[in-house]
Amino acid sequence: MTHTEAAIELRNVTVELGGRTILENLDLVIPAGKVTAVMGPSGAGKTTVLRLITGQIRPDSGEVRVGDTRVDQLSGKALNRFRREIGVLLQNGALFTDLTCFDNVALPLREHTELPETLIRRLVLLKLQMVGLRGAAGLYPRELSGGMNRRVATARAMALDPSIMLYDEPFAGLDPISLGVSLRLIRDINHALGITSIVITHDVDEVAHLADQCAIIADRQLMASGSPAELADSDNPLVRQFMQGLPDGPVPFHYPADDLAADLLAAEKQQ
Amino acid sequence: MSPNSTGNRLFDRPLRELGRALLFLFTAISRMRFSRLQVAETLRQVYFAGVRSLVIIVTCGFFVGLVLTLQTYDTLTRFGAGDAVSTVLALSLFRELGPVLTALLFAGRAGTSITAEIGLMRATEQLDALDLMAIDPMERIVQPRLIAGLIAVPALVLIFNVTAIVGGVFFAVFLMGNDPVTFWSNMQASVELGRDFLGGMVKAVAFGFLAAWLAVWFGWSARPTSEGVALATTQTVIATAITVLILDFVLSAFML
Repeated sequence: MTHTEAAIELRNVTVELGGRTILENLDLVIPAGKVTAVMGPSGAGKTTVLRLITGQIRPDSGEVRVGDTRVDQLSGKALNRFRREIGVLLQNGALFTDLTCFDNVALPLREHTELPETLIRRLVLLKLQMVGLRGAAGLYPRELSGGMNRRVATARAMALDPSIMLYDEPFAGLDPISLGVSLRLIRDINHALGITSIVITHDVDEVAHLADQCAIIADRQLMASGSPAELADSDNPLVRQFMQGLPDGPVPFHYPADDLAADLLAAEKQQ
Repeated sequence: MSPNSTGNRLFDRPLRELGRALLFLFTAISRMRFSRLQVAETLRQVYFAGVRSLVIIVTCGFFVGLVLTLQTYDTLTRFGAGDAVSTVLALSLFRELGPVLTALLFAGRAGTSITAEIGLMRATEQLDALDLMAIDPMERIVQPRLIAGLIAVPALVLIFNVTAIVGGVFFAVFLMGNDPVTFWSNMQASVELGRDFLGGMVKAVAFGFLAAWLAVWFGWSARPTSEGVALATTQTVIATAITVLILDFVLSAFML
């Protein structure tokens, strides 16, 4: 992949949090204009990748580049300017519960633009129409289902027309219908607007329908990358375990423990 | 282990916490911005913190005035000084009871709700969402609530004092049949605008700022779990009650 095709590049990134190494010398390239799924077992550091891209955390070493911007060197106003270029859907939507859906979507427009209220109204209604919830504009988040909340949050994340969209676990806990809606929405937004989308997830089946590219992060590093079909055919035991959802393998079923027989005998001796 | 090191450990955590809370306050004040949106949000918070505290303030104010007059009238009439009841009522309200009780009630009603709201915003990633939308949570969440406390508490103190006096009038004039002219003229003659009334309002502003600061700080620093938010709301009430009473003593000592 050439440099110009990459929307986001993580080079040799190491992150340590609370004395624990989360990522170690990670290299990851996210192609522009495509849907890339960042996958991996729970606790593998997927959300850390998202937080690196958004500049919420800085790597202990390495580079995080979004377009021509070195995100790991940004701070203050420059970081805020950069964040207006990206949209992020957090795990539970994170809508403001004291604002209606309309006001939630209008918030970034009111904060960052000087547009007249009539124009803001039109833009917000169009964004809500895009996610199919124009009719819910006057409702509060508590009056909507979890899936609908996330769709409103997607509209809010799209409010300033970002060139990159990041989705953190967008399918977690959704019913099949909401899940289908979310899948279609992410794909449609990506294709209609030609933006770069990154989906942090561990839902293998959904990724097969959605992503152009997959990256699997495990053991603090990039384990594999390629199209969903390529990964499904991988010989790597960990990739196979992950893609096929096998309960035991390189990621063990059992939490590390002493020998079972020895443990049981010790219990008998105690009695 | 030497007694000194035990002492250090005992004060280590509260001092660290105080340092963090002061740093937080300094950051909030240094990033103060007065945009149109900021003013609108501050007014909204004045409504939430102030207007919604009115019921408890008016009710408590009335009964505090009532019971204060009842107790002092009973004692004063034994010495033939029943007419001085309005003086005692007004001075104790303006100087001490109004600001202190209002601040304590504000902490219980509005302070806890501010703490729980901000704590839950942290737990549900709403503060992260603001950050990611390039909106400073200090500007959007913290500053309007700090200023709201500063405006709401003095206003509530005034309302508390007025309703307490109404309670006093109800008992002394309507129930006990005292002369209303004597009641009002004694009150007017004994209350000094500067020392009594404005002194009390200085306390009200200080307590309002303190109560709002502690409420936003404990919400901001709450662990993002249900236990964390529950603990933070309790801490808000306890810390506000203790510090308001200490500050009241300090301010009273300087004002006398």
